[in-house]
Amino acid sequence: MDNHYTQSQGLHVNYSLISDIIENNSKVLDLGCGDGYLLKLLKDSKNIIGNGIEISQEQVISCLEKGLSVIQGDIDEGLRQFSDKSYDYVILNQTLQSACNPDYVMEEMLRVGKKCIVSFPNFAYWRIRFKFFITGNMPKSKVLPFEWYNTPNIHLLTIKDFFEYAKSRNIKILQGIYTTKATIKKGIQYSIFSNILAEEAIFIISSDK
Amino acid sequence: MSNIGIVQTQYYTIDEKIKFESGVEFSPITVAYETYGQLNEAKDNAILVIHALTGDAHAAGIKCQDDKKPGWWDALIGPDKTFDTNKYFVVCTNILGGCSGTTGPSSINPQTGKPYGITFPVFTIEDTIKVQKKVLDYLGIKSLYSVAGGSMGGMQAMQFAITYPDFVKSAILIATTSRLSPQAIAFNAVGRNSIISDPNWNNGDYYDKELKPDRGLSIARMVGHITYLCEEAMYNKFGRRLQNKEHYDFNFDIDFQVESYLQHQGQIFVDRFDANSYLYITKAVDYFDLETKYGSLENAFKNTKAKFLVISFDTDWLFPSSQAKEIVSTLMKLNKDVSYCEIKSPCGHDAFLLEYDVQSKIITSFLNNHIKGEING
Repeated sequence: MDNHYTQSQGLHVNYSLISDIIENNSKVLDLGCGDGYLLKLLKDSKNIIGNGIEISQEQVISCLEKGLSVIQGDIDEGLRQFSDKSYDYVILNQTLQSACNPDYVMEEMLRVGKKCIVSFPNFAYWRIRFKFFITGNMPKSKVLPFEWYNTPNIHLLTIKDFFEYAKSRNIKILQGIYTTKATIKKGIQYSIFSNILAEEAIFIISSDK
Repeated sequence: MSNIGIVQTQYYTIDEKIKFESGVEFSPITVAYETYGQLNEAKDNAILVIHALTGDAHAAGIKCQDDKKPGWWDALIGPDKTFDTNKYFVVCTNILGGCSGTTGPSSINPQTGKPYGITFPVFTIEDTIKVQKKVLDYLGIKSLYSVAGGSMGGMQAMQFAITYPDFVKSAILIATTSRLSPQAIAFNAVGRNSIISDPNWNNGDYYDKELKPDRGLSIARMVGHITYLCEEAMYNKFGRRLQNKEHYDFNFDIDFQVESYLQHQGQIFVDRFDANSYLYITKAVDYFDLETKYGSLENAFKNTKAKFLVISFDTDWLFPSSQAKEIVSTLMKLNKDVSYCEIKSPCGHDAFLLEYDVQSKIITSFLNNHIKGEING
């Protein structure tokens, strides 16, 4: 499976890495599932039972066209309709940084999912640091193509931030995957190198209870 | 627009007694129905479409060659349309208690030789679908590929999936609610009051009289029409524009276009609808409350086996999205297969009969995919 670029956000997402994590026949909830590409992939390759939540009407229609079950909704409003630990995996793929209330979204997904998969662009990636240092403008990249005034990415974070956040909320990090275009590194401990070198991070987490 | 061509309303009479929710056993009931497309050999490609409050069995096609007005969901029913009659066998019936062919208060009571009037038993939404099920049985339908309806039609579709879980493979619930809100009951109450307080209503006994409760019925319809629109729709449709005049008349004649529209809607309604039917059907809608009936919404949907598609419209304040979301949340909690879409529309509640572009895409995808390969014919 090659990398796939979602048209809506221009974000570079390595779906195959997420797909590798999930066991066959799992029950999966994809928060902010976009056009349903990942859910469809998981349905076809892993035979999952999947649901998606998506805010945009056009994307909801794309999901339905793929034969997916999808609920139009705003994940910032929480996941009241889902009971505790009712999904094997809850996925928040490239969506955390655009949530209005990421703390609440994380709390809710950890309540609903036995395990959660969170991916986000690492704002401490060296190219971003370099651009910011040189130009003094809010950095843009292929992963973060927007201007400051129209970006949906209102809560940008770094790998280091995520580790600190997980610690403060008693979130257990089961695996961390740090990717650049060429390499994939894994580790459950914070590493300054990953924080500088990785363009994106994927974490498998669970509530530490 | 219609590519179904000329269709004829058919009739089926149920002679056996049907037990209503009130305990009354009632017969005979004649049901007006139309069908489009062909039932396949496995008899599992049928889709029941259910009309809203004042609709009829004429969902698609035209009645004669120069008929200008096709059926109420003609935009969605026909060859290569959303409810594709090349694939599906589409059925629509007129509701129990109605006045477009199905037995209702205006029908003749065979025991007295006179119209039932208000001796007709009060019925519920569940009673209406039990009657529809008899027609489907008569047509030889083994299971419903889908049942779809908007507004009151959505309530019936929901009830169908609950009462006959093994019979219904999917349900499409549009602009509807699992229990009528007090606000909606209030508007129905005004409508009924307006009919009952018309002296020509005469305690429901007016069929052989020269004067009918037209005034009361038309005001009921005017109130209804307000609830089918929304502020934005009214601004778009009428604004504050005056009707055929430049200045205010400073009297109590009609000044505004919106007044004229409502009056017109009221007037044309009395020609096609029976005042008693309006009383009975609005009452059935008022009584609709799955939570009370089953103890909780979860209990109501617990045994359903259908896949659900729920659609609401953002400007619908009669059956707002929040009520649709309650249904969706309950189904999600129960691990039922459900999809939900809130369509943006400036049309209010009426959108389900106007906004076909998006609605059609959503329903077509749902029907194409939800049980792929499960039609055998």
